[in-house]
Amino acid sequence: MQRRTLLAAPLALVASRTRAAERTKIVWWHAMTAALADEVTRIAEGFNASQDAVEIEAVYKGGYSDTLTAVIAASRAGQAPHLVQVFEVGTGTMLAAGKAVKPVWELAQETGLTIDPKAYIPSVRGYYSLADGRMASMPFNSSTAVMWYNKDAFRKAGLDPDKAPTTWQEVRAAAETIKAKDAAAVAMTTAWPTWIQLEQYSALHNLPFATKSDGFDGLDAELVFNSKDHVKHVERLLEMSNNGTFKYAGRDNAASPLIVAGEAAIAFDSSGSRGNLVKSAKYEWAEAYLPYDPEIIKTPLNSIIGGASLWTMTAPNRTPDEYKAVATFLNYIGRPDVDSTWAQNTGYVPVTFAGYEALKQQGYYTKAVGADIAVEQLTRGTVTPNTKGLRLGRLPEIRNIIQEELEKALQGGQTAQQAMDTAVTRGNKVLKDFAKSAKA
Amino acid sequence: MKQRPDYLAHAILILGVVLFALPVWLVFAGSTQDSNAIMRGELSLVPHLSNLSVYARVLTTQTMGSQPVWHMLLISLGMALCVAFGKIIISILSAYAVVFFRFPFRKIAFWLIFVTLMLPVEVRIIPTYAVMADFGLINTFTGLWVPLIASATATLLFRQVFTAIPDELVEAARIDGAGPLRFLWDIVLPVSGANIAALFVILFVLGWNQYLWPLLVATNQGLDTIVIGIVKMIGQETQTDWAAVMATTVFALLPPVLVVVLMQRWFVAGLTEGEK
Amino acid sequence: MDRRTVFNGRLLPAILLLPQLLLTLFFFYWPAGDAVWSSLISEDAFGQGWVFVGLDNFSELFADPLYLQSIVRTVFFCLAVSVLAMSIALGLAVFADRSIAGRGIYRTLLIWPYAIAPAMSAVLFLFVLNPRIGLLGRWLNHHGIAWDYTLNGTQAMLMVIAASAWKQVSYNFIFFLAGLQSIPRAVTEAARMDGAKGWHRFRTISFPLLAPTTFFLLVVNVVYAAFDTFGTIYALTQGGPGKDTETLVIKVFRDGVINQDIGSSSAQSVVLMAGVIAITAIQFRFMGRKTVS
Repeated sequence: MQRRTLLAAPLALVASRTRAAERTKIVWWHAMTAALADEVTRIAEGFNASQDAVEIEAVYKGGYSDTLTAVIAASRAGQAPHLVQVFEVGTGTMLAAGKAVKPVWELAQETGLTIDPKAYIPSVRGYYSLADGRMASMPFNSSTAVMWYNKDAFRKAGLDPDKAPTTWQEVRAAAETIKAKDAAAVAMTTAWPTWIQLEQYSALHNLPFATKSDGFDGLDAELVFNSKDHVKHVERLLEMSNNGTFKYAGRDNAASPLIVAGEAAIAFDSSGSRGNLVKSAKYEWAEAYLPYDPEIIKTPLNSIIGGASLWTMTAPNRTPDEYKAVATFLNYIGRPDVDSTWAQNTGYVPVTFAGYEALKQQGYYTKAVGADIAVEQLTRGTVTPNTKGLRLGRLPEIRNIIQEELEKALQGGQTAQQAMDTAVTRGNKVLKDFAKSAKA
Repeated sequence: MKQRPDYLAHAILILGVVLFALPVWLVFAGSTQDSNAIMRGELSLVPHLSNLSVYARVLTTQTMGSQPVWHMLLISLGMALCVAFGKIIISILSAYAVVFFRFPFRKIAFWLIFVTLMLPVEVRIIPTYAVMADFGLINTFTGLWVPLIASATATLLFRQVFTAIPDELVEAARIDGAGPLRFLWDIVLPVSGANIAALFVILFVLGWNQYLWPLLVATNQGLDTIVIGIVKMIGQETQTDWAAVMATTVFALLPPVLVVVLMQRWFVAGLTEGEK
Repeated sequence: MDRRTVFNGRLLPAILLLPQLLLTLFFFYWPAGDAVWSSLISEDAFGQGWVFVGLDNFSELFADPLYLQSIVRTVFFCLAVSVLAMSIALGLAVFADRSIAGRGIYRTLLIWPYAIAPAMSAVLFLFVLNPRIGLLGRWLNHHGIAWDYTLNGTQAMLMVIAASAWKQVSYNFIFFLAGLQSIPRAVTEAARMDGAKGWHRFRTISFPLLAPTTFFLLVVNVVYAAFDTFGTIYALTQGGPGKDTETLVIKVFRDGVINQDIGSSSAQSVVLMAGVIAITAIQFRFMGRKTVS
């Protein structure tokens, strides 16, 4: 008996070494930092530990914009990673990438691994799918925009800390009270100004941001966010900025540190900032639904997702084994336990129904008050062509254009209408250029 | 006649010195302060000398998104040295060929090289990137510095220096039976010593201080130079560790400043050669 | 250009020239040609297909008011940086040229900033002038001046001009000082004995004699401000707020790398190439013998 086990041990060692040596290696480029990055690492390690065939390496490539730039460059040089996390506004660009990407449905077909679109929440899945329902990229971190508010500041201002303002009129009034009572350094601010104050705003109020169902139906979509209702909101923001109740803190997520630091009484940001707030905030905060304007719509519709998805990239020397490895990983992150843990620790919404159920059963939503607002806001009402999300080429550039025009208006250089009109004109040109080059 | 001290000159010059020293002093002082205090706006000019441990910490810690400082310093050093030596060597060889030989196409070769003066790397970054991709040099250390040694400024300088070498020296060498390479090694190089030193300073600083090209060509964190690393550190959206950034800034400034100060005499002489 | 005594041989010079010629071919002519080619086509981000569009990219560029604004902004920026950097440097050089105690030390202390990277200059200025954490920035806001260069375009432009000029003063200082020192003492002494006072001496003797240096420095400073300031501007404002600090070189980067509009970016590069060639040609026309022969 002893002799057999003695022999068995080195054999087993050799066998495991050979097995380990045979692991297919895949590389995953991501754009997550801080607490989110820790979770990405946890997923990668969990995946590696759960099986022997594949080893995934998660590499941080900078912010979303840098990561997209890097993957395009790498792809042109034939050195694309296997998986890359691309923000939702890059979807248009990625869909036009032709042979450079391998859509999920094709991956599933080629490798024989099942990836069932119906397991994923509709508003999430729809953003990343073709018109006929075939999934192009794998949803990973989906968030939506929510309102965050500082309960301590509310108390100081004499407002009820448990009652979040629900309409824009109420928000404005609250901001004014807060400013009058000097209850916070900043009464109201927003991160992702274009995503939240224009894109989300459009969806909530069933307003089109662009024609052709916000771009889903064709490359010849045109921007229409300079409508009366849109301009009314921009004017509101300008007026609030002028009287000191709204502080424009910069582009993209420049406002986020203000929120974590508790300097803003009312703020708008991704639901994904929940993770950071739980970890680092030193004040009492709460999550709330995005406000709406009852003069435009009686009951607000669903908000649209933000965040990113995972795209499979092709490369000249990529083997079928590697694609199979990628499919295995994509299956792994769709498991309810992985999905729910990710959502729980980050504030991103669970992307699968099973994940959502798991969280509910675990009582997560009773403990984490307000965390279900994101999911509820995404799934309420009926989806219309204006609430499926945006599919526009070079959307990051369009966002920057809007931000530039907005900044000009905030400095008093133009009116809200002028800003939106100019942004629409400039943005439409970008869309045309994109369409022209995509057809090439 | 005993001269009264020139108060005006001293005043102006001291003002000038302070103008340049102040930000650097601020950074040094800030590196010893608490990051959260700095974030709240309490940055002061007074250093807390008890906190110098930040330098050791910054040198060795690695965070998600950036390498430890010693690694970045090493990359910067490697890049600066490769640029400096690389450019000096090829420029000497080219200038020597153009000045001391008479061969067909000499003028054409010279003008081909000379024209590169007219295109700073910033203007040709994207196609240069494509060329590097074709050579498989994206994200490699070699890719960091090779395109930077292609321009002709040093060649032009050496051409001027070599042209000024008196004919008698060349004659003497020929009489001695020395071949062209011998002549280069024994006479030309020593004579150009001061110019080589000056160019070394200029090119080392140039290589160390590059921002745009390394930003573009290297997406692998392992190839971050210290300058890129610092800008990245500030760009992080979450809490920036300002004291660490400042300490890293001091590290980033030291080597090129030392090179300039220690080699100042040659450097100034070499730069202003034409003025005399 | 021609020496009297040379070595014989064809192979050796060819070998000596080869490294530089190869580098020039691959990193100058090829990319330049590629830029010209790319400016004449329209292709998608992933480089999978292209369409020949002739001069469309150029005509669209010059029809774009934003591009023209960018040109004006860049010219203004270059002149502002050059004038600022040169005048401060000249002032310091004049006083450093005098016979005073500690002259050598002053010179060293004014030369070392040459070593600062343009991007680092931005970082240093950030610590001084950032509205939230900068020493001076916070002070300004405290005393009622709404200082925020991330939101105010004019302030942002002031910032980048200051940061860019600050870094360039040393270089100009070195040249001005050398230029002043090469003025024969006899000339200035004669003027002094004639009774000419300091400012007068400067205006009538030193400054005119510095003309070649001044011209040379002007060209260098303009080219520096146009191109080398990429790091400074990008690290401080990324060309914002809005487009208020977007110079031509930032625009090339933004359009080519971030927005993946290769056609437009290449057309801009070609325009910049033409501009640099023009400036260099002017420089050689006036400096002629010094640099070419």
